This record gives sequence, structure tokens and C-alpha cells, in this order.
Amino acid sequence: MSQILEQIATGIIGGDIQGVEKLVQKALDEGQEAETILQNGLIVGMAEVGKRFKAAQMFIPEVLRAAKSMHGGQELLRPLLAGDKAGRAGKIVIGTVQGDLHDIGKNLVGMLCEGAGFEVVDLGFDAPPDKFTEAIKTHQPDIVAMSALLTTTMRAMGYTLKAIEEAGLRDKVKVMVGGAPVDAEFAERIGADGYGHNAVSGAEVARNLIEAG
Amino acid sequence: MSEPLTTTLSSKSTTVTIRRDQPTVIIGERINPTGRKQLQSALERKDFDIVRRDAVDQVAAGAAVLDVNAGIPDGDEPVLLEAAVRNVMAVTDVPLCIDTADPEALSAALSVYEGKALVNSVNGEERSLEEMLPRVKEFGAAVIGLCMDDAGIPPTAEERFAVAEKIIERAGRLGIPAEDVVIDPLVLTLGADHNAAKVTLDTIEKVVREFGVNITMGASNVSFGLPDRPYINTAFIAMAIHAGLTCPITNPLAAELGIAILAADLVMGKDEWTMRWIDAFREREQSA
Repeated sequence: MSQILEQIATGIIGGDIQGVEKLVQKALDEGQEAETILQNGLIVGMAEVGKRFKAAQMFIPEVLRAAKSMHGGQELLRPLLAGDKAGRAGKIVIGTVQGDLHDIGKNLVGMLCEGAGFEVVDLGFDAPPDKFTEAIKTHQPDIVAMSALLTTTMRAMGYTLKAIEEAGLRDKVKVMVGGAPVDAEFAERIGADGYGHNAVSGAEVARNLIEAG
Repeated sequence: MSEPLTTTLSSKSTTVTIRRDQPTVIIGERINPTGRKQLQSALERKDFDIVRRDAVDQVAAGAAVLDVNAGIPDGDEPVLLEAAVRNVMAVTDVPLCIDTADPEALSAALSVYEGKALVNSVNGEERSLEEMLPRVKEFGAAVIGLCMDDAGIPPTAEERFAVAEKIIERAGRLGIPAEDVVIDPLVLTLGADHNAAKVTLDTIEKVVREFGVNITMGASNVSFGLPDRPYINTAFIAMAIHAGLTCPITNPLAAELGIAILAADLVMGKDEWTMRWIDAFREREQSA
């Protein structure tokens, strides 16, 4: 791996917001392919962040800062990536379900999925079922990811899934769920395809769902 | 500074007063199935052993009021909440804080409750104000007002203050006096925004200065995602007590928070002859 790509990855791990942007520009000026910079610089850095977060060697603010650094670089690359290749791993629509305002976990999953090469469409928090169904129609994602942090809002995952079925969209997407009160048994009961135990496993589950087709 | 208002809560035979110049009142948070799988599955089976044990343990650890939440997915909340309230009343004699967003569950719980309860909670959303406040009035309860509305949790102290003002005003229109409205300024985590705690403290100061009402808040969310959480939680709760926090919702079994609250009360001149501090020290020594 070239030195500058390594520096980009290191910059992301260190959350060097301005530095990463400058390095990405420099790499482009040196003639590196946008694709290479994305894969071997930005994504490598973010993958390491995910690993360290999982091992409790990095903390949420550091992940957020790393993600922000990655974003700056991605914005520079986006127009250069042929045919919107920013999401070659797949596309995810993510949101916190209706009635629930918690979005830290959802944001982390979104960022780590971006870090894993997914294109992520974020519906924010307190997202009603029709916001999910509309987003599926508009963005045609591979995966829909729902988050809930309260025992009382988990049920919104169930009726959002129902709304997706009723809109005739269920066979178009894989559905994954996560959040503190959610477990594998609940995910299965409501008919979700995947369940993420924490933010890092969320990105892994997304990858597995894509591979499983 | 507005005159400090007194919120009075009661059970069948105990009265608790909450007021800025008096010791901080701990509302025990444990009876809540969110994040507690065991309690959740017990409630699914309509088994209230954990609820009763949590009630007794928290009172022994210094809770003066107990929060009771029985919200589980697919659970019949009115039935469960009413039963949980009955069970807690059977084993303890502290006033209760009825924790639900379901108006039917609220009425069911308040109709069996003996005394003056605290309702957790209403917020600035029209639907919440219209469905919950009349029930608070009907049963003569006090109520917690969360500083959020349809648009979510406002990012600034000014906007959160405006929501508090709206709730106090709407309660007043129904004949619920300001002393029976306890404001929760809301606490977001520093892990996502390093200004989060400052916004909460500023909101408390503004609300207390203007209305003199009592203030509650959760005390541990602030440190979510960060290492060494107890240090953050204890510094934050002490500063919040200085700002005007009078009845935090916390886990009284978390020793460090209890000690921080006692120390903050001591520093604020709320511990006559420092007796509560010294007594608590002796208790720790004996149990060590």
C-alpha cells in the first residue's frame, strides 16, 4: 500500500478532519484513482476504527470524529467515482422507528456501514412506517435497518415491517433490527432477516445479508 | 430568582416534600424493563417478584420516591402498570412516580394509587398535553414535563425553556399549579456532543430562575459511550444540584451517585450540622 493511503487510514483513525481531506486531495493530485483511495485509504481506516471500537479501545466520540473525517474525504471522491460507486457494498436505508428519539446507536451503525462501503440513507429518528416504505420506493435499498432503544417502541419495528409487507415491498429488501432491548428472538418473531447485537456487528450483519443474497 | 416552590407527594401514610432548600430527593429508577431482560420476561409472565424486590432494595438504599414503569412490547400496559403499582404499594410506603406514555395505563394506575403520585410524564406535544394533563388533574397528581415536543429534543437551552414554559402554562390552565409541575430539562450524552451537559445545566438555571419549579432528570445518560462513567456522572449531578436539580431519577444502588448527591447537598447548605453526611459515612463503614 502506498504511503499516502496509509496516512489517510491513520488520519481517519486519529479523527484528523482537515488532515484527511487534504491527504485525499493530495492523493488525487498524485494521480491515485478515486476508487483506490476509497478502498485502500478511507475504508481501511474506518474498518480499523470499527475493530478498535469493538475491542473497547476506542470510544463513541472518537468513532464519530473518525466518521466525520471519512466524510470529508468521501465528498471529494464522490463526483469522481463512476456511476455512484460510493455504495458498491450495497445500499442501506436506516432509521430509528416511530416514537423513539434515540439516534446514537443508529448513527454509529450508519457510519460503520458507510465505513464498510455501503451507501447509507438516514431517515433520522421517530420515523413512521410510511417514511420507511417511501424511502424503499425512492432509494431501492438492499437493506432496511431499524433501531429502537425502548421496550415500548420496539413494537413499532413490528408494525413498520408489516407496513413494508402491505406495501408489497418485503421481497425487495432485507430487514435488520437492533437496539438495546432488541434480541435475536424478538428479531425472528417479527420476521426480520438479521439482528445486530451492537454497532459493529450491525455492519457485519449487513455484509452477511448481502452475501447471503 | 423565583421563590422555590414545594412539590408535595404522598403515599397512604408518607409525605415527601421536594424543594430547593431541602435535601435532594432520589426517585429510584430500577422498576423499568428497558434494558432489563429478566424484568421484561417476568412482566410478560405477570410475575412481580422482581418489581417487589427492586422496590424494597431501592427504598433501603435511599430512594424517597419510586418510579414504576411496566412498558413491554406487546404487553397490556394498563393491566401491567396497575398490577405493578399495587405490588409496589404492598411492600413499600414511599410515594410513586407513575411512568408511562399511555393515557389508559396512566388512568388505570392512578385509580388504584393511594396518595398523591407524580406522573412521568408529559411533553410539549399537543397530543401528550391533551391526553395526559386532564388525567393528572382528575387524580390530583403532580407531573413531570419533558423539555421536548413534536420536533424532538431542542438543541438549545432557550428552546427547551420555551417548552417548559408551555407545559407550565397549559397545566395552569387546567388548574394544575406550577408547584405540581416538575421540569425535566433532558440530558443527552456527551459522547455525541460535548456541549450536551452544558445545555442541560443552562436549561435548569433558566427554568428555576423564571418559575421556581422543581427539577428532575436522569443522571447517567450523560456519560453514555465514554470511559470511566462514574466520575462524569458524579460531577454532573453535583453541578446540576447547584443549578437547581431537586429530584433526580437515579439508581440508588449505584453508591457513587448517592455519595455525590449527599456531598452536593452538604456543599449547598442542605445538610444541617452535616449529620446526613456523617451518618452515611458510618453506614458505609459498618457495611464495609
